[in-house]
This record gives sequence, C-alpha cells and structure tokens, in this order.
Amino acid sequence: MRFALTPEQESSRRTLRELLARACTPAQVRAAFSGSERGKSALWDQLAEFGLLGLLADPELGGSGLGPIELAALLEECGRAAVPDPVLETSAVTVPLLSAWQSDPRIAAWLERLTTGRGLVLSALDATPYVNGAHLADALLVQVGDEAHLALRSEVELLPQESVDGARRLFRVSFSPREDSRVARGPAVSRAFAEAFDRGALAAAAELLGLGVRMIEMAIEHAKTRRQFGQPIGTFQAVKHHLVDAHIGIAFARPLVYRAAHSLAHADPERRWHVSAAKAAASEAAWRAARKALQVHGAIGYSFEHDLHLWMKRVWALAAEWGDAAWHRTRVANAILGESV
Amino acid sequence: MDLRFSEAEEAFREEARAWLAANVPDAPLPSGDTREGFAEHLKWERKLHDAGWAAVAWPKRYGGRDATLMQWLVFEEEYWRAGAPNRVTQNGVFLLAPSLFAFGTEEQKDRLLPDIAAARTLWAQGWSEPGAGSDLAALQSRAERVPGGFRLYGQKTWCTRGAFCDAIFGPFRTDPAAAPHKGITYFLVPLKAEGGSVRGTGRLDGDEGFADVFLDGVFVPDRDVLGPVNEGWKVAMGTTSSERGLSLRSPGRFMASAARLIDLYRRYHASADPTLRDRVVRAFIDAEAYRWFTFEVATQMAEGKALGPEASASKIFWSEMDLALHETALALLGPQAELESGASDAADGGSWMKGYQFALAGPIYAGTNEIQRNVVAERVLGLPRK
Repeated sequence: MRFALTPEQESSRRTLRELLARACTPAQVRAAFSGSERGKSALWDQLAEFGLLGLLADPELGGSGLGPIELAALLEECGRAAVPDPVLETSAVTVPLLSAWQSDPRIAAWLERLTTGRGLVLSALDATPYVNGAHLADALLVQVGDEAHLALRSEVELLPQESVDGARRLFRVSFSPREDSRVARGPAVSRAFAEAFDRGALAAAAELLGLGVRMIEMAIEHAKTRRQFGQPIGTFQAVKHHLVDAHIGIAFARPLVYRAAHSLAHADPERRWHVSAAKAAASEAAWRAARKALQVHGAIGYSFEHDLHLWMKRVWALAAEWGDAAWHRTRVANAILGESV
Repeated sequence: MDLRFSEAEEAFREEARAWLAANVPDAPLPSGDTREGFAEHLKWERKLHDAGWAAVAWPKRYGGRDATLMQWLVFEEEYWRAGAPNRVTQNGVFLLAPSLFAFGTEEQKDRLLPDIAAARTLWAQGWSEPGAGSDLAALQSRAERVPGGFRLYGQKTWCTRGAFCDAIFGPFRTDPAAAPHKGITYFLVPLKAEGGSVRGTGRLDGDEGFADVFLDGVFVPDRDVLGPVNEGWKVAMGTTSSERGLSLRSPGRFMASAARLIDLYRRYHASADPTLRDRVVRAFIDAEAYRWFTFEVATQMAEGKALGPEASASKIFWSEMDLALHETALALLGPQAELESGASDAADGGSWMKGYQFALAGPIYAGTNEIQRNVVAERVLGLPRK
C-alpha cells in the first residue's frame, strides 16, 4: 500500500501548474466568462502540446498512454486555475470513447486531430443533457441508446443553453442518426458510454477539488490582509473556523478521488461506487468551500469585479453535472446497502 | 500509487483475523469504564499481549511485533471488524508510549514499555485541571525540587479510568516564574504513593469513567521525569499529535461502526424514514474518506514525514463523523433508541445509545474541536494568531 503520487506524476502536475499560472490567468478566465473570446483559445494548443488532451490515448495516435490517476492529478490543477476550455469533455470523456473504436480509420483520424489540438470532437451522452463547447466542435460523437454515431458539426442542430458560468457554452444537441454515421452498436457501446460517464464524474470531482483549494487560498489571503476592528479578520475565530471547515471538506474528499482514480486504472469491480463516493464528497466539499470563501470575503467577494465568483460558479456547474451528490450517494447506497424492499 | 496491500500486509491481516476469530469473546464485555468491566477487560488485554497483539507496531523486545504503520492500520481494521473489546490500556499504549519512544531514555523504555504492553502497569492521562482544560498552559499543579527527585502538589481532573489505574503521566509546573508554556516538566506519577489520592467520578453515561487525582507531596524520582526538566510542553505536544492523529481512533474502528450501521439499516429500514438512507450512506462515505485519508498520512509517515498539525484536522473529522453516525443509528431505532441494555426490547444491547454518549465526548477530549480548528487555522492554513 502506497497512497501517494509518484515523483513523475508530481512533477508533471507541477509543470502543468506553472504552465497554467502563465497561460490561464484570472484575467483570461474572466475573458472567457464574459464571452469576449471567440473560437479556440490560445491555451488550447498549449494544453494539447502538454499532452493533456491525449492523456488517455495511445501514443501512436498522439496520446500519452497514461491513466486515470494522472488524469485526476492534472484536472485538479485545471480546476485550481479554473481552466475555461472543455478539457474534461475531451481528455476524460471523448478521447477514451474514440479510443474504443480506433480500429476504424475515420475514428483514428479524428482521435489524432483531437489529441494534437488540430480538431475538436465532443461527446453527447444520453446521461448528460448538454454539451459544453459544442459550437467549437468539428465533430460530435453522439450516443443514441446502444449506438455510437459520429456527426460533423454541420450535421447536428445546437440549441444554446446559457449557464450561470459564462465560460461554459452549453448546447442541447439534436441529431438524426443515419446508417452511415454509425460507428458501433450493441451492449459494448452502452458499456463504453457508461464508463465515459464515470470518467467524466471522476474528472469533475478532481476539478472540484482544485476549485475548492483555490477559493480557500483566496479567502486565506483576504483574511490575512483585510483589517476590521483594527486587526486582520483572519485573527477572529469565527473566520478561522469557516476556513478550517472548508479545508477539512476538501482534505477528506481528495483521498476518495484518488482512490476512485486508482480503481478505474485497475478496473476494480467496485469502481463505480468508488467514483460515486468521490464525486459526492468532492461536490459537497467544493460547494461548501465556495460558501465559506464567499462569507469570509464578505461584500468584496459578492462584487462582480472580484474573481471569486468565477470559481464559485464553476463549482455550481460541476457539482451538478456528471451526477450531483445526491444522485451519486444513491448509487453508493444501491451498491452497499443491499436492502430487501 | 498502489492501493493494493502487499503480500506481507495481507499475510499479517490473515494472521490477525484468524487469531481474533478464535479469541474474541462471544458476548461483549461489560463497560471497561466500570470497576467490574475494567477487570474483565484486563483479562482480555493480557490474552492479547500473550499472543503478541497488544502493541503490534512496537519493537519485539518491548512486547510488540515490529509491524509497520500500515500493518498496524490493517490490524486495527481486523480488530474492530471482529468486534473485539475497547482497549482499556489505550492511554498507556497509544499516548504514553509514543512519548516514551520520542523522548524517553533507554532505561525508561526498557523499564516501562514491557509493562505497558502487558497491562501490568495501567496508566491514565493526568493533564486537565479544574482551571486548565483547553488552555492547558494555565496548569497550576506544581513540582518542587527535592533530593533525588521532585514532590508534586495539585489536582488533575477528568482522568479517564483514573480510579482503576496505577499511575498518571502529565505536565506539571516546575518554574512558576517562567512564561506559561515554559517551566513545565513532564512527569510519570505513581498514584498509590504517599500523598496521593484518587476519587472516581461518574460520567454522563453513568460509568465511573472519570477520576480526580489529588497530589499532596507525592515523590517522583528523577528517573520518572520524561524529557528535559522545564521542557515538558514539547513532550506534551508530541503526545497530542499522537492523540489527535492516527493512534487514538484508527479508521478500522469507524469502518466497523459504519458496517454495524448498515446492518442496523437493513433490519430497520422498513420502519424508518426514507431520508435516513442518505444519512447511512453519508456515514459510510465519511468512514471511507477517513480510511483513505489515513492511508495517505501513513504513506507520508512511512516516507519520513512527521505527523504535524494536520492531525488536528483528522481529530475534528473523525469525532464529528462518529457523532453523525450514532445520531443516524438512533434515528433508525426511533422509539427503541432510548432503551438501555437491560430492556428486553433494546436493539443490539442498547449499544447505540451507549455509543452515542461516548461519541459526544469526541469533540471535547484530546483538545476541544474549537481548539483544534484554531490549530489547523494557524498552523496549517497560516492564519494569524493575533
């Protein structure tokens, strides 16, 4: 038993953190939120070059051949920086889905374009009603029950759905499946999409940890510098205890996330409820961190000019997507309680 | 990252499981916080020691098995899973001994540790005083230099199982002129000595689990000073980190409680409110979270990192989790929740209400959770003290 990242994983995580500190500043997050950026971001190519998009793909197809543990560690960093691009949707969801059918040359070609940042493919799962960033996609992998279809952007209809998080451009996707758009069919397809959903949930949980950590850091910084009654507000126990509660939530959700990542990496038969425990805990911990960070910031945090709300709104979105806490706890309950009704 | 147990860890688990299956008493022992129960528990403690399970992580020569920290966690999982008795030697094995390992002389370790493991000397914690609880540095009990040692004066209070023990360990003021955290020395104090008296007192659950210890000139020889004179605060802080960290309440205990809660849910869910299902799952997920958090900490410790103020976060988490878990059980029981062990309708021998009362102490002992939150805020998050 060794429950820690390897030095290589730590180093790759550090490198990404440094990259994001330069290439994904709060000003860029804000720009994405306000919709002043159109089209593919400058960050996207750097993330592709870093190997983040193709993390789970075969090296022959531009991927890194790594697994869910690296995915969790790197997406935690993306959460920390509130990366606005659809990283989760590609690296955790679409890339492994396409990889399942990479023996099909059309799919292999899309996969390579995706991992190298030259083309964007996103997935529309039955279990996720909206596709984030679909307007930028060149193609969409669409689940239709037990069938997978590949459609060009021009072949689908996108109905925009505005999100509280302006950086998330959501669309409801309508598509009429055709014989020649079908990539695969059968129980294996349903399984592949179910696994993709679990990877999405794990990735969202990891991002939520990072979002929570960053909000707590912002609040600590504020509590050290903001003075009231002649002293930094961070000296007050009421303020301290808010931040400790936020910290404890994240600190105890994190091991569940990495344990779930490990279970996915080793195809543990219990992996689905491990993912659910992780997503439930991370969703609630990040949500609580958002509440506590806002309370510690006071009215400054409530202003649009302050960056806190950019992180907070991402939390609201990701806590609810890929199964919210209650949905995932029900899945844990179904796995462990075994009650006879 | 490899979350599978090694072959050695698995073998250790199998050995522990087999021994426990053959030896754990079928019926639960009476509470170890009563006189009769304590005596029953001592028999169990000695059996545990004779088989080498009393202090598995200690070196063999002191009565342990040279087990790794990870193996100890595995042993604890098996211990609580088997429904084995609470450890009445807890304070000696898990609080005094870590301080002895960190600050004791070779002579002290050789002399004291084997008797702790064998439950031949029974130790209570002598920390709190009537005027010094959370604010331990306000302690007034004092020790005066005399030839060959010290004479101790003062009162220690809320000493768990103190009325059944032979000795206490704790801080006493040796330099009244020094600042509150200075001038404190850590002593190992015999209770059945001239000038000492002990009065057992009842806890809210009715057991005589508390004691007041009165010291009026009890002699403690130099060899029973732990760590340097006037540097007892450092020793005490070393103890608190074991107390709040891994050793006081290992995850195995809560894993077992969560499993018992699930079992209770299966029996009671038909009559229980449907919202309780979610609370049962929360308790289970929290126990899992504490388990994996602890494996993370144990990995760091195995790789040489000291257990620091993060231990306080751990104590906050498990004590509040334990309370929520027991409150969920009581809610499942509904009108049976209040029934005590003697009642014929009591579920699981009334152990849930008993357990709840015990869990209520969690956010208070070993430093209240308010103090722990201050420690985490200042020493982990870096918030200003003043």
